[in-house]
Amino acid sequence: MQVNMTVNGQEVSEEIEPRHLLVHFIRDQLGLTGTHWGCDTSNCGTCVVLIDGEPVKSCSTLAAMAGGHQITTVEGLEVDGELDPVQEGFMNCHGLQCGFCTPGMMLTARALLNKNPDPSEAVIREAISGQICRCTGYSTIVRSIHWAANKETKVSLGSAS
Amino acid sequence: MQVPAPFEYERATSVEHAIALRERLGEEARFVAGGHSLLPMMKLRLANPEYLIDINDLSELFYISEDANEVRIGAMTRHRDLLDSELLAQHFPIFRDAEKVIADPVVRNRGTLGGSLCQADPSEDLSAVCAALDAACVIKSTSGERVVSMADFHVGPYETAVGDAEMLTEIRIPLRPNSGSAYEKVERRAGDWAIVSSGAAVWMDGDVIANGRVGLAAVGPNTTSIETVSAALSGAAPSEELYQTVGDIAAANCSPQTDQRGTAAYKRHLAMELTRRSLRRAVARATGQEA
Ligand SMILES: Cc1cc2nc3c(=O)[nH]c(=O)nc-3n(C[C@H](O)[C@H](O)[C@H](O)COP(=O)(O)OP(=O)(O)OC[C@H]3O[C@@H](n4cnc5c(N)ncnc54)[C@H](O)[C@@H]3O)c2cc1C
Ligand code: FES
Ligand code: FES
Repeated sequence: MQVNMTVNGQEVSEEIEPRHLLVHFIRDQLGLTGTHWGCDTSNCGTCVVLIDGEPVKSCSTLAAMAGGHQITTVEGLEVDGELDPVQEGFMNCHGLQCGFCTPGMMLTARALLNKNPDPSEAVIREAISGQICRCTGYSTIVRSIHWAANKETKVSLGSAS
Repeated sequence: MQVPAPFEYERATSVEHAIALRERLGEEARFVAGGHSLLPMMKLRLANPEYLIDINDLSELFYISEDANEVRIGAMTRHRDLLDSELLAQHFPIFRDAEKVIADPVVRNRGTLGGSLCQADPSEDLSAVCAALDAACVIKSTSGERVVSMADFHVGPYETAVGDAEMLTEIRIPLRPNSGSAYEKVERRAGDWAIVSSGAAVWMDGDVIANGRVGLAAVGPNTTSIETVSAALSGAAPSEELYQTVGDIAAANCSPQTDQRGTAAYKRHLAMELTRRSLRRAVARATGQEA
């Protein structure tokens, strides 16, 4: 079957098998290997992508179901060579070690900050609670997301004044 | 790499279209809602439908609305919307109690009320919630619609009253004055399925309980509503002794199995203790002592 969707702002139209899972479509067919694939059981969250701005586990979603929707993968965070504040936060606060969980963590963080620009630590921890990091102990991830929130609220305050 | 067996995929454009497809394709076809129970089962080849009918475009099934007598919830309403709904939190706080601890926020973005009830997994939480609230389910087919109680809807583990050519479209929950409800769940870690959960709903008549219900999850078949609880609650004055009596009834009427989540004896203890707690909180809410 033919599937059409927007991935990181670009229209894609591809021939797929209906049973193709979104995570494999993104990695193998579109070659966007930033999206990781881990547990394969919707438990670890490394495969999270945004569908119409909402984080979703792409190992439990069919590519066919994503047809007609806007998909954002980790490759879509950077715009015109400029990193997203969430990416900067992960760099500055050592939000990753091996980097396996990082794409999913950053996309969930992005979706959270779009809705809630100034989240408390508890809200951040809740937002990423469906995602597993094997390395960092989470503290640095939470700090990275805070860093991004601070940067963004400063920038928007700056532009408002 | 786990991939489902081949199937044909079709997107329904309306409830009528979905039902007509289901009627034509028969038992080899399944609806896919959030897909977060069905797709994992298909990946493990525990389910092998030949056709999948995607119902995610049916915007007419996403709603939470209220009239004088009841609250109506569309079958495609997602966990996230059940959690965020102020209307539900105000009338039926049991929903927010339960939704906070169902899966994780990312899974809650996809999973639906209809999918949860139709999956009828014995560990699934919303059947107990809906049964405690005395909800009714609206089931549609090409020949019309029928409304069944939760007791009749939930036939057994992974089995419901929804036939091959039918669709669950709506859940209706009666509004009762002076009512309160609560949900208690014990899990091994954040986002996990329950070791045991208990939900309670009561409605008061002055100082006594007019009636009430208790539903359990993860302790065996046919516990979404414990019938004998209602008899014990009807006309009783709230007291610690009453909560203990009802907790004991709940524990006696379930059949937990020993597994990696705990021993049968531990789960039976939880069924008792969590029922005491959910009932105590439901009464506190019904009598305005707790939000
Ligand atoms: C990691 C993880 C943790 C979870 N933890 C919990 C938990 O703690 N508690 C809990 O309760 N649940 C939990 N779940 C289950 C989750 O809530 C599922 O999303 C839900 O049970 C199924 O909803 P769905 O919309 O994804 O259904 P689907 O998977 O799309 O469908 C499930 C079944 O229902 C049928 N169906 C769906 N909609 C209809 C309809 N309208 N009419 C007729 N048939 C229909 C489908 O054909 C299928 O057979 C968890 C899931 C995951 C992946
Ligand atoms: S690979 Fe999808 S949740 Fe782990
Ligand atoms: S950085 Fe290694 S899994 Fe999170």
